[in-house]
Amino acid sequence: MPIDDAVRQQILDTIPSLRAFAISLCGNVDRADDLVQETMVRAIANIDSFQPGTNMSAWLFTILRNHFRSEYRKRRREVEDTDGHYADSLKSQPEQHGHIEFREFRQALAQLPSDQREALILVGASGFSYEEAAHICDCAVGTIKSRVNRARNRLAEILHVRDGEDFGPDEQTRAVLAGSK
Amino acid sequence: MTMNNNRDKAVGQEKPMDSGAARTRKNDVKTAKLGREVQARLGQQLRAVYDDVVNQGVPDRFADLLKQLDNKDNKDRP
Repeated sequence: MPIDDAVRQQILDTIPSLRAFAISLCGNVDRADDLVQETMVRAIANIDSFQPGTNMSAWLFTILRNHFRSEYRKRRREVEDTDGHYADSLKSQPEQHGHIEFREFRQALAQLPSDQREALILVGASGFSYEEAAHICDCAVGTIKSRVNRARNRLAEILHVRDGEDFGPDEQTRAVLAGSK
Repeated sequence: MTMNNNRDKAVGQEKPMDSGAARTRKNDVKTAKLGREVQARLGQQLRAVYDDVVNQGVPDRFADLLKQLDNKDNKDRP
């Protein structure tokens, strides 16, 4: 029995956001693409456990995250891989996708603890509900909410945007960056 | 904590509320409204960084891989 056309299309449709999520997890485009590839292999091998009519992207995101977590733990034993290392790997290829104005934000994102970063991405960028994000991360909905909140607060702190303050410093940085182009 | 600060400020400023729309807006900016503004701004930047990758679409290697996995899947099954 071949893969159902609708299912194949759903997988294809999910790949772009799956890549974006993978890059945010591991901070390295090549490694992220390998992660997506391994996720696809796993997904197809277990396609029978996917229930048609349920959320394909949540299913794929869950597989990718679980795979990354187990790989990450393994690698962590091999190399001393920390969030700081992740930040360094980002800095070494900051212009991978051009857009200098994103650099500051990417670097701030890289400084977040990984559980906060993934919660923020899932809810704030991938468009999952808190419930779906909780399912993907295998934790309580309240945990996701609190991680997202802490992530936002931390980002605002790193980027110097706070309640009651203007976006001044950020605008200045923007002007400097625009001038240096 | 923010609410307490607001209350303190409100108690401190015993001026009548006739200072015009500009001031009202400025006060809002100093309190909860900018909280939402900050969140909106962060959310916007987050999505911009994310969509930057999403907009690259499906690289050939993944379309090819899916085709290949599909065929292999067919062959492997009895």
